[in-house]
Amino acid sequence: MNFMSRENGLLSWLLTGDHKRIAILYLISITCFFFIGGALAGLIRLELLTPQSDLMASDTYNKVFTMHGIIMIFLFLVPSVPATLGNFFIPMMIGAKDLALPKINLLSWYMYVVGGILVIYTMVAGGVDTGWTFTTPLSTHYVNTNVMSTGMAIFVAGFSSIFTGLNFIVTIHKMRCPGMTWFRLPLFVWSNYAASILMVLGTPVLAITIVLVALERTVGIGVFDPTKGGDPILFQHLFWFYSHPAVYIMILPGMGVISETISTFSRKRVFGYTAVAFSSVAIAVFGFFVWAHHMFIMGISNYSMLVFSLLTMLVAVPSAIKIFNWTFTLYKGSITFETPMLYSFGFMGLFTIGGLTGVFLGASGTDIHLTETYFIVAHFHFVMVGGMLMAFLAGIHFWWPKMTGRMYPEKISQLAAVVTFIGFNLTFFPQFILGTLGMPRRYAAYPPEFQILNVFSTAGATILGVGYLLPVIYLVWSLKYGEIAGNNPWQATGLEWQTQSPPLTENFVINPVMDHEAYDYDWLENQGVKEVASVG
Amino acid sequence: MSDSPAVMHAETADSHHEHPAYQRHHFESVAQQFDATNFAMWLFLLTEVMFFGGLFTAYLIMRNWYYPAFVEASHQLNIGWGTANTSVLILSSFTMAMGVYNAHMRRKSGLVFCLILTFILGLGFLGIKSIEYTEKYEKHHIPGFHYSMSSFLNPASDPEVHNSYPDDKPLGLDMARHTELYFFLYFAMTGMHALHMIIGIAILGYLIVRAQAGDFTTGHITYIENFGLYWHFVDIIWIFLFPLLYLISRH
Repeated sequence: MNFMSRENGLLSWLLTGDHKRIAILYLISITCFFFIGGALAGLIRLELLTPQSDLMASDTYNKVFTMHGIIMIFLFLVPSVPATLGNFFIPMMIGAKDLALPKINLLSWYMYVVGGILVIYTMVAGGVDTGWTFTTPLSTHYVNTNVMSTGMAIFVAGFSSIFTGLNFIVTIHKMRCPGMTWFRLPLFVWSNYAASILMVLGTPVLAITIVLVALERTVGIGVFDPTKGGDPILFQHLFWFYSHPAVYIMILPGMGVISETISTFSRKRVFGYTAVAFSSVAIAVFGFFVWAHHMFIMGISNYSMLVFSLLTMLVAVPSAIKIFNWTFTLYKGSITFETPMLYSFGFMGLFTIGGLTGVFLGASGTDIHLTETYFIVAHFHFVMVGGMLMAFLAGIHFWWPKMTGRMYPEKISQLAAVVTFIGFNLTFFPQFILGTLGMPRRYAAYPPEFQILNVFSTAGATILGVGYLLPVIYLVWSLKYGEIAGNNPWQATGLEWQTQSPPLTENFVINPVMDHEAYDYDWLENQGVKEVASVG
Repeated sequence: MSDSPAVMHAETADSHHEHPAYQRHHFESVAQQFDATNFAMWLFLLTEVMFFGGLFTAYLIMRNWYYPAFVEASHQLNIGWGTANTSVLILSSFTMAMGVYNAHMRRKSGLVFCLILTFILGLGFLGIKSIEYTEKYEKHHIPGFHYSMSSFLNPASDPEVHNSYPDDKPLGLDMARHTELYFFLYFAMTGMHALHMIIGIAILGYLIVRAQAGDFTTGHITYIENFGLYWHFVDIIWIFLFPLLYLISRH
């Protein structure tokens, strides 16, 4: 008896209030959109194999990279870790039976689905070609593509992320079990908490911005239209006020996963627990004061450039605190190299490169040289794909035994982790070089001397594609043929590992009491003596 | 073994302890349920603040840029109706607060009476707002629909307003065009506020039916309390809109 076998039938899933089932629904939906977005990325790389624009016309290319961005950001990266792993494990980690608001949780998934359907409608109806940033006045005056349906999709999907964030904050505040103090929370909970703050405060601003763009397009009200006294830069401010914090929505939950895996597979408490916890909150707070670094070439004043440059550099501090603390956790730990750990190492390396190149872009002088080139494309893919996607895969492998009760096959998954790492570097490292050489982003054609690096990149994307397909195949295979995992295959300390796999609908039979610190491996060893066999 | 979270007994998995029907099973107590949902409502209101914040930002920036246009355009608003509406809304917040009080006191008839009063006052607010909107429509002050600048290019052509504000100078064409931005922001902000009122009134209708059935006077005050928060929030938005749109720069 567990949360999956308790009730059967489609309706028992579609009307469920169980956070674990909603997490599975989310997992299935975001995986679908990941592969749609991935296919679009494949098309982009295929077009860029040759210098001419030959696979598709330039305006088709514009639509393809726009849809790639919109799908990957709003329908994959933003909900990826929080809505699946966070949804599944935050209540379990804090010893609760469910999230505080199960109906709102389900509503959030439905909002996501409606958003997803609107995006698919947009694609079928002919796509949109503004880039995912909806830059005005391009989006309000100069394109005839489906800006309205895309805007609606993002508006609706935005509410799905507001509801998720709101639910997490309430749950973490009000649903912790006895003894679960704030500084006994697993760091995964802390980082999701920080990301939730960003979702709750940032997303509504995006919502109102989209409403204004829609009104500008339909009624022509002029807030963003300079001919009527409006200001396109105001749009940029409002848009990036959400969309910069959004990159921290996309990375913070991933950092939470890494804290869990690094600790578990080096058998040590996370070094500087408090510093890591507060660095998540610091990233969330600083994240709200750096948005204008996206606008250095858009005519903001030199003084704002100076201030925002400085503030941007400050974000590097809490990020570096995390990396240093993870490294110190590894120091003298008894490290093992299971798949989640391989992905975590991938994360640490690639995120560090992505983060450091971010410092170049935060410095206003170099930014003016490098922005709108492939350097920036490489930078944010190192953070988003090399960072978040690696962390997502680390998390999926790490918690797969708990979610399904089955182990994934270890050897082939290690292979997939290595293939992903190689494919990723081959895809995106050449783009740093292309960027410094001056290849602009968002063009279907480029001068022939850039071809060799683009060929590397396309070859890498192919390898990367294989690296992403492998987990889908063997994870689905393992649902039926994987080894039975047992309650705690990794000997991890979180409360989620102290109950059966897959968990009961109520998560715990007896309401848990937290009587030890987080990541206390000594407690776990003493606990082993008392362990009781699980009830099938 | 009772100190361990790991212990499992299948036979206790589905057992329930005694609790009132309105307590959802994943909460430990009614108090926890109330605390959690109440906190969630406060957070939701925070997202609303951010949502309206975008519009307030746009308003403040553009007011700064096009000060003369915004001042003269604001003279077009009917301060009498605006004040009346403010009083209606504050009164409705009072009746809502009395409703919450009655729910706490478990007085059904008092609760239903207060909710119905709030409902009527809410409708009254929308009624007055629609009179004001109609005035704007008649004077072609709706942006995007045959917008007319004549009241600002030539104030004398609009005797009603001109008599109350004889000092208003004719605006140059460039500045007069920016009155359209004022009216857009006026409609966007009050319209978004009215939309929240409409949603609130709809929810209020549902709550009246439930309250009449006696659902909220048995100690289950979560819905009433949280809706009260929402209603007061919508009220507070207006308390900011009224001075910003109607009152400042009016002598």
